Amino acid sequence: MTVQLHAHARAFPIGGPIVEVHDISLNFGGVKALTKISFDVREHEVRAIIGPNGAGKSSMLNVINGVYRPQAGSIVLRGERLAAMTPRRAAHMGIARTFQNIALFKGMTVLDNIMAGSNLRMHANFLEVAFRLPRALREARECREAAEEIIEFLEIEHIRKTPVGRLPYGLQKRVELGRALAATPQVLLLDEPMAGMNIEEKQDMCRFILDVNDHYGTTVILIEHDMGVVMDISDRVVVLDYGKKIGDGTPEEVRSNQDVIDAYLGVAH
Amino acid sequence: MAPQELQADTFPKLLMHQARTRGDRPAVREKSRGIWQTLTWRDLADETVALAAGLAERGLQRGGHVALIGDNRPRLYAALCATQWLGAVAVPLYQDASAAELLDPMRNAEITHIFAEDQEQVDKLLEILPQLPAVTTIIYDQDRGMRHYRQPQLVSHADLLTQGRALLAARRDALDAEAALGRGSDPAALFFTAGTTGQAKAVVLSHGALINRARTAAAMENLRDTDVTMAYLPPAWIGQHMFGYAQPMVVGFCVCCPESPETMLADMREIGPTYFVAPPKVLESLLAQVSVRMEDAGRIKRSLYQYFMALARRVGVPLLSGQAVPLGDRLVYRLGDMLMYGPLRDVLGMSRVRLAYTAGEAIGPDLLLYFRALGVNLKQLYGATETGIFVCVQPDGEVKPDSVGTATDGVELKFTAQRELLVRSPGLFSGYHGDADATRLAIDADGWFHTGDAGWLGDDGQLRIIDRVQDVGALADGSLFAPKYLENKLKFFPFVKEAVAIGAGRDEVCMVVSIDAGAVGNWADRHNIAYSGYADLASRDEVQVLIADCVGKMNAELAQDPALASLQVHRFLLLHKELEADDGELTRTGKLRRVVIGERYQALVDALYARRDSVRIDAQVRYEDGRQGTISADLKICRAPTFAAAPLPMPTRKAA
Repeated sequence: MTVQLHAHARAFPIGGPIVEVHDISLNFGGVKALTKISFDVREHEVRAIIGPNGAGKSSMLNVINGVYRPQAGSIVLRGERLAAMTPRRAAHMGIARTFQNIALFKGMTVLDNIMAGSNLRMHANFLEVAFRLPRALREARECREAAEEIIEFLEIEHIRKTPVGRLPYGLQKRVELGRALAATPQVLLLDEPMAGMNIEEKQDMCRFILDVNDHYGTTVILIEHDMGVVMDISDRVVVLDYGKKIGDGTPEEVRSNQDVIDAYLGVAH
Repeated sequence: MAPQELQADTFPKLLMHQARTRGDRPAVREKSRGIWQTLTWRDLADETVALAAGLAERGLQRGGHVALIGDNRPRLYAALCATQWLGAVAVPLYQDASAAELLDPMRNAEITHIFAEDQEQVDKLLEILPQLPAVTTIIYDQDRGMRHYRQPQLVSHADLLTQGRALLAARRDALDAEAALGRGSDPAALFFTAGTTGQAKAVVLSHGALINRARTAAAMENLRDTDVTMAYLPPAWIGQHMFGYAQPMVVGFCVCCPESPETMLADMREIGPTYFVAPPKVLESLLAQVSVRMEDAGRIKRSLYQYFMALARRVGVPLLSGQAVPLGDRLVYRLGDMLMYGPLRDVLGMSRVRLAYTAGEAIGPDLLLYFRALGVNLKQLYGATETGIFVCVQPDGEVKPDSVGTATDGVELKFTAQRELLVRSPGLFSGYHGDADATRLAIDADGWFHTGDAGWLGDDGQLRIIDRVQDVGALADGSLFAPKYLENKLKFFPFVKEAVAIGAGRDEVCMVVSIDAGAVGNWADRHNIAYSGYADLASRDEVQVLIADCVGKMNAELAQDPALASLQVHRFLLLHKELEADDGELTRTGKLRRVVIGERYQALVDALYARRDSVRIDAQVRYEDGRQGTISADLKICRAPTFAAAPLPMPTRKAA
């Protein structure tokens, strides 16, 4: 795969830290999912979290997103220290995500699913919507416009009116990305966006992730299994193994890190 | 026709005329972000002249050549006309051609300016740019992903337009004078021939030739400015240019561009065109979709469909041609129209179609009659890039499936001893660009164009085309062998995507067939046949029996006619892949390249005639990203049931 983007000047230059996690520890009973993890994510960068199965990658994402509450440590979002994040608060603060196993409304159309993603920006109350009062109509129109822009961006015009449940897996993943984008997030969390895809679908998805980052300046934090994909599209990579951070740096640095090589290839005992 | 319109001898003059006389009527519509956006004739003219100002500033001169690569969209039409405004020649190219395929045409046409639709096209151009020193400007339409490109040749369409609008106040008079300088005899556009045989040639067509043909056909079919058509075929094809650019310019009707190729059918249903053009390939795939969906339908719907389609073929076809039909039949047909034909036309987006053409390739009679039976006035026309399309058109009421119609106004036809058709018409091309020798070979001293097609003129004045002169052959027993006829016949079955008939100089006819992945896949699903991919599907015994059944039915029909009985297909094999334009097996318009196919599959043909049971093939394939790979497969050779020639009533199986 040859995706050259960062060789060029970026429209949104990488800024200061937007998300910082400090000494996060998370236990499930006696199982230590995460142990004293610290790293930062800078504004407008593509940050990957990688690691073997069970390394704690999804747990890490769930902590950032407020689904899990860590026993120790804190999250700093745009300079603001938060002891505990909740999913709703995360959404309000501009964090959107996609899920490892697709979480869409299967019976609804692609368009409706994407429009559902901008739910937080709608302020009209039940009665305004029921009686089609001006604010409700205006919001509905803006919401549709935003959704159409995303549909065009992700090149899914042909399935606009198709119920999501009837779509193949690769397209459902793309719709899920669209739903997350509809929230106009500043930080986008992607949980294994390429899992289970064939090579062509992976290439498409890579392109879309880079385009989102490039076009909207969205900061992307992604979890990925496929090392090749990660190395091609991320600016910096965090490597987790058994809940501990074993590497952090640019793809080149990580690739030559002995601990990372050991974790992926195993060590002779 | 208004005298002013008759004076307009170039496309820019026609555009100004349309902007003056029907400025508020829609010229181009495009679906964008789910909504149809309209550009009126006045908008189009304003945009065109501003673009021309920008192009002039960028150094485009009279006689220069401008390449256009991209899908049908309003900006493409404005770019076409802006090019011609300055007296330059428009060169539309196929947008799915690879970088390497673009290089030759670009060099051949001495391109200086290029309109490219998006990043994908720009990337291809930048790849070959070092070999094209004459190119000074590349104008890109969609700026997505283009932010990082720093090449000095690049400029965005929007920027060029803004620049042009700013210059307009000062230059309007000079620009109008420039447009007035244009003459009908000036070259308007350059098209590359389909290239079924050898290298593609650059055909130069003048404003006069294109406008003459557009006007003649529009008058004959009574086209009006209230007509609506869809522009969804490659703009590099002369047909798309004629129906989507030349004719709207002459008549003033509206062209609609779909949102994306995938949404074409849905967009067409929304627009409801009154004038529709489709190559047989598109009609085949429409029919295949209908057939597949009918197979999935419940028993009542299926029997309704079968009953009414049989009726339609018997009653609908003559009814559409204005022939007398018994009252009872007519009433039942009306019922069918309510229950089935109407809804089906609606599903196909053809509810309002008043006139439909099929062009670009010969159409199988069954396919033509299918649509006519439904009440769609689908007609065949005959023409080539070199003739500005319209040579013959089937006149209303005299559509015969085996003919391509009568000569249009201004066209003269004659035949050589080898039955080759010669054409003389005001719509002929001016020559092949930069190839005077080829031009002399194609147009003789008396102005006759040698089409390369074999045919004859019936007593009814209608032209019948047999095949390409070089493809028409004879079997070993001397009976006439026209491969295209057989191929089209077999392709009527939805399971068959492509077929290549072989038989010239042989004792029997054999065929190489590629199955339609969609239709056969659906059939396999319903019969619980598991398969992993195309090659696996094509190698299944059940599928081979299925296709043998189709070939058998075709043979049974051939056997009915003593003249055709010897053309029955005895053996065939199913290819492990579809024939692809990317592999050079088809032209970009989907015609078979027999020479390439013959060379590549020589081993298969030999095995077919050696009567072996199977053959191994190692084929080179080219992937979409340009990489090469090899696929090897064992292909089984299948026998098809053949029948004794009529009038024997009972089909008897011959030992093959």
